Amino acid sequence: MNKKAYFEILRAGINSTLQDLGRNNQYHIGIPFSGAMDKRNYLISNQLVSNDLNKPVLEFAYQGPLLKLKFGKVSCAITGNVNFNIVRSNKTEEGQCYKMFELGQDDQIDIISTNKSVYGYFSINSGFEGDNYWGSYSTNTKAKIGSNNGEKFSKNQKIFLNNNECISSNRKIEYLNSKIEYIRIIKGTNFDYFSDQAKKILFNSEFVVSKLTDRMGMRLEGPKIENIVNTNIKSEGLIKGIMQVPADGNPIIMLSDHGTIGGYPKIGVVISADYDKLVQSTPGSKIKFQSVDLLEAENLYKIYTMETRNILNQIK
Amino acid sequence: MIKKISNLGDSALYCDFGNEVNQKINSKVIKYFKNLIKNKIVGVTNITPSYNKLIISFDLEIINFKQLQEKINQITLEDLDKEEKKTIKIPICIDEEYSLDLKRLSENLKTDENEIINLFINKEYFCYMTGFIAGMPFMGDIELKIRLNRLETPRVKVPKGSIGITEQFCNIYTFESPGGWNILGNTPLKIFDKHNLNDPAKIKPGDSVMFYKINKNEYLNWNE
Repeated sequence: MNKKAYFEILRAGINSTLQDLGRNNQYHIGIPFSGAMDKRNYLISNQLVSNDLNKPVLEFAYQGPLLKLKFGKVSCAITGNVNFNIVRSNKTEEGQCYKMFELGQDDQIDIISTNKSVYGYFSINSGFEGDNYWGSYSTNTKAKIGSNNGEKFSKNQKIFLNNNECISSNRKIEYLNSKIEYIRIIKGTNFDYFSDQAKKILFNSEFVVSKLTDRMGMRLEGPKIENIVNTNIKSEGLIKGIMQVPADGNPIIMLSDHGTIGGYPKIGVVISADYDKLVQSTPGSKIKFQSVDLLEAENLYKIYTMETRNILNQIK
Repeated sequence: MIKKISNLGDSALYCDFGNEVNQKINSKVIKYFKNLIKNKIVGVTNITPSYNKLIISFDLEIINFKQLQEKINQITLEDLDKEEKKTIKIPICIDEEYSLDLKRLSENLKTDENEIINLFINKEYFCYMTGFIAGMPFMGDIELKIRLNRLETPRVKVPKGSIGITEQFCNIYTFESPGGWNILGNTPLKIFDKHNLNDPAKIKPGDSVMFYKINKNEYLNWNE
């Protein structure tokens, strides 16, 4: 009898979850989009192992997991800016991102850390076994839905794999995660709640990413952004990328697992083309914002999707 | 009915129905929401109704703001609430273990605890919106006599199932969560059930809700 292949989790890492392209059509009952934070790196990880582009992959943050493969052989890839080792019968070799590699029975993969970035992705060609809720395998730890019963992975758990066929081509790509100079935003629906001085501050100052940043939101610290109208609005819907400013004057940007309703004024929204780069900003790093209009944002997104498509097409 | 449509970032459309919070305006928001769901506009990924706003998220690879705005302007609204309206009945246990703020409310409002509960229970509520956390319904309006602000210092943990009031609204905590609402009691009923894939949220925007009292024994032996 063929035994089912799985990874044994020897170390879980800080926030390791299964993610895919996200969950639609549930905002109105309080369930956010979720999905892979850095969409481009997620897509590349699936393409590298010849998967359909919407397969769930393992997303990790800062320190990733240490996994041991039980039974079978798999083709895998890691994307992001990640340091990792592959341990085969006590011989350790340094792993390389954006390049397919194989793991055999009892081999270990030690995802040590993301380098000057937050998220990385680990894909395997057969695919991880997950739970589909409303069209998505994405884990949402707040609503406890999706794969792994809505929880992040923990030590000694098993992650089962769909099957253990192994593909034997050597797929790779030269890819460098580019540095960002500015995060571009479109003015929000409450932009005029803020003083002229505050508007200047938003586009001329540096903000520091706070430690209180996770998949739900990114808190920023910097000069205070002064509200001259009302520091609360009647609660209304939120989307990812919205920058809200509560009464304390420190902006918060809603990220993929955000609460679906909020009552703080919306000063701006991060453009879709810059979201991947935004989420990779580590606590302590500095961010500057630039204002763009809707048409520019739409064009920038066209360029972003074209670039992504080109990268994916180069992987053969 | 929509006073103003604007873009919210590059992949959401923001419909403004005004600034007041009342059932009349909210019913218009919900009417649009239900019609949009029925119309299934290609590229729309989420529709979020709230008191007096409606946010429509879309996939920028499929549709853009201008194209969607044209579609919204062309929509013909149908009355989709023709079927008989049913009232959702929610049990509430007022045992002191669960009614965390009742004593304080009674002192602040100078109203007897029983009267507060009776005023709360003898009214049908309307669900304005559902969200913040999965399945949490924002309902109203509660009697003028029992309205007050949220706690000055929010609780770090409000127990799951807690039923709270603040201003003109009441809600139910579907998960243990931080929160600042005044807690009157707790319900054993599953308000959000992820295993019910077809209908995970018991109370949705536009629904009618009433509460009825159960005792602690009934609470502890609750079986759905």
